[in-house]
Amino acid sequence: MKNVKLLSGIAAVALVAGMATAEEVRVYNWSDYIDEDLLTQFEEETGIDLIYDVFDSNEVLETKMLSGGSGYDVVVPSSTFLQRQISAGAFQPLDVAQLPNHGNLWGVIQERTDQYDPDGAYSVNYMWGTTGIGYNIGKVTEVLGEDAPFDNWDLVFDPANMEKLAECGVYFLDAPSEMIPAALNYIGEDPDSHDPEVIAKAEDVFAAVRPYIQKFHSSEYINALANGDICVAVGWSGDVFLAQLRAAEAENGHEIDYSIPTQGAQMWFDQMAIPTDAPNPEAAHTFINFILDAQNAAAATNYVWYASGNEAAQEFIDPEILGYPAVYPDEATLANLYTTRPYDARVQRVVTRLWTTIKSGQ
Amino acid sequence: MKFGRTLLVAIPYTWLLVFFLIPFGIVLKISFSDIALAIPPYTPTLKDGFWQMLSGLDLENYAFIGAGAVFAVFAVLVISVAMFQIVYPRVRRALIPDARYGVFDSAAAALTTLAVALVNVALIVALVSFLFPVLKSFVDIPDFLYFAAYLSSLKIAIISTFLTLLIGYPIAYGMARAAEHWRPTLLMLVILPFWTSFLIRVYAWIGILSTEGYLNQLLLSIGIISEPLAILNTPVAVYIGIVYTYLPFMVLPIYAALEKMDDSLVEAAEDLGCTTLSAFWLVTAPLSKPGVIAGCFLVFIPTLGEFVIPSLLGGSNTVMIGKVLWEEFFNNRDWPVASAVAVILLLILIIPIVLFQRNQEEAEQ
Repeated sequence: MKNVKLLSGIAAVALVAGMATAEEVRVYNWSDYIDEDLLTQFEEETGIDLIYDVFDSNEVLETKMLSGGSGYDVVVPSSTFLQRQISAGAFQPLDVAQLPNHGNLWGVIQERTDQYDPDGAYSVNYMWGTTGIGYNIGKVTEVLGEDAPFDNWDLVFDPANMEKLAECGVYFLDAPSEMIPAALNYIGEDPDSHDPEVIAKAEDVFAAVRPYIQKFHSSEYINALANGDICVAVGWSGDVFLAQLRAAEAENGHEIDYSIPTQGAQMWFDQMAIPTDAPNPEAAHTFINFILDAQNAAAATNYVWYASGNEAAQEFIDPEILGYPAVYPDEATLANLYTTRPYDARVQRVVTRLWTTIKSGQ
Repeated sequence: MKFGRTLLVAIPYTWLLVFFLIPFGIVLKISFSDIALAIPPYTPTLKDGFWQMLSGLDLENYAFIGAGAVFAVFAVLVISVAMFQIVYPRVRRALIPDARYGVFDSAAAALTTLAVALVNVALIVALVSFLFPVLKSFVDIPDFLYFAAYLSSLKIAIISTFLTLLIGYPIAYGMARAAEHWRPTLLMLVILPFWTSFLIRVYAWIGILSTEGYLNQLLLSIGIISEPLAILNTPVAVYIGIVYTYLPFMVLPIYAALEKMDDSLVEAAEDLGCTTLSAFWLVTAPLSKPGVIAGCFLVFIPTLGEFVIPSLLGGSNTVMIGKVLWEEFFNNRDWPVASAVAVILLLILIIPIVLFQRNQEEAEQ
């Protein structure tokens, strides 16, 4: 669910090392989701040519997977999408014997990903995160005062707050499978409900605040937050930290922070898997094993600020990140996080339709 | 020699078969299938055996998107256009006797045409806007989204074709009347924007129309407005984008028609007592008609299925069929319904395309 830049289509980072080998591995991952030094390092260590392409939406990846013949050896879908693609027969089982670093995985995360991929037969976790609230501390305090509910969904779902926040600008994610559970959770319904009647209740929550939402978009909020164009965005943890970093680099005086609301937030997992028709499954295992290495996984997390599903890596992860509850939530917060299951075709249609209605404000 | 002739004829037909009929056949087949969680995500497929596959096809998706109602409304529109063709000449004849043509008469003729055209556009728009709620109470369609999207696309396509004609005709007329050595330069100026990518030009409009954009800055600095106008993400921005993008498609055919015209015809009309205005109306306008019709179709046909301009410039409340198709394919993963939406769009377009072809043939004769 790393969705950083709307790169028109797919920007390819094809690194060609000076190796005289015909072997190559094609990896398809989210944009801005790895330390690029790792890619060069992989080629140097293994002598395999790495072709690294990026995407910016699960839908695009899924369409490629379901059409077949994508030509990729390793892809990184998010948990709910992974589950659906597994049942469509898009992935091949992993051969754990080829993954000596498999033992580095974190049991706490594995327990949760097991509901999408029982026993991790088809995938291993790359990174995970939450869907919460990103905000500009100064601007929100100016509008709502010192006791603004920063760590509460009231900030974005209570019309009284939103009416005032509309002055400085609010963006919502354009991702129905995350926004609708958030609204259901807010009104005390089961966020993972697949009952169309329950799902319909989300409409009222959004209708009340719709006039104050400037835009529904899944990546523009990073720059908008960093530049101070908006003051609040419902977004993905690591993306908000990216905005924080950009604002700090620009020294524009905007202080950005991220919170996991006390009512709970959605937790998601990006999983590495090998397509059924991967041209080179052996090299795919080599790549996954490389990423599972404790130091490599730590390098990736230190770079993108998303939590790693690798327990052994924690030793090498920047203590600042490890101790930051918005990235690595403490026990109490962790208990409050919820996960969702994929919708079937009939419910998916209801959700997409409802989302169209919400966005168009009709 | 006979073999050579067969070969010559075979080439275009093979082209048609390979690049149109086969892809269309595949889309048509998918539109009769059912959604499935598999690779590819629909069932039945050829893997099940040919006859097995044929028996698994049904019209369910078409019923779901309300194809019948879409066609009914489209038929009404075609009839209204036909009515315009029949009624308009009579109205004009009744108002202006053929014998005399003074200044007053030509002005009246111009006004009548404009009025009839406006009434017609208004009628179609009204029909589109009012028919929707009325139909909703009569016909039971599972989801009105598709129907509303077809109608809204149709409305946007008709209005923007009209606006493009309004702007394009004077430009083409000016070009055709310019001195001969200026014409290639003017023609070049119309074609020149094509040298940059269409996407870049649409993005440029975002920069111009946004709240902090150049247009608002200009208007604010002159003092015409005191608050920035919200144009981006509204239907107005979509119309601006479409008219801008498709203007050359309107200008070029009209220019071609006007440029061919013999100037001595206008002189003759003026010698026989016509004013400049009535000469334009009686001689130039009818002679440029094939160009106008060609231009209108060249704008109307691609605008109906337009996806890029509404998604970049329009807000989330601009619903067009291209966007619905995208959501059906990517968000709902429902290839069969997406295919059915596309097939209906194609069938709707066949009527204007056939009309366009007939107009071209007439023009050539």
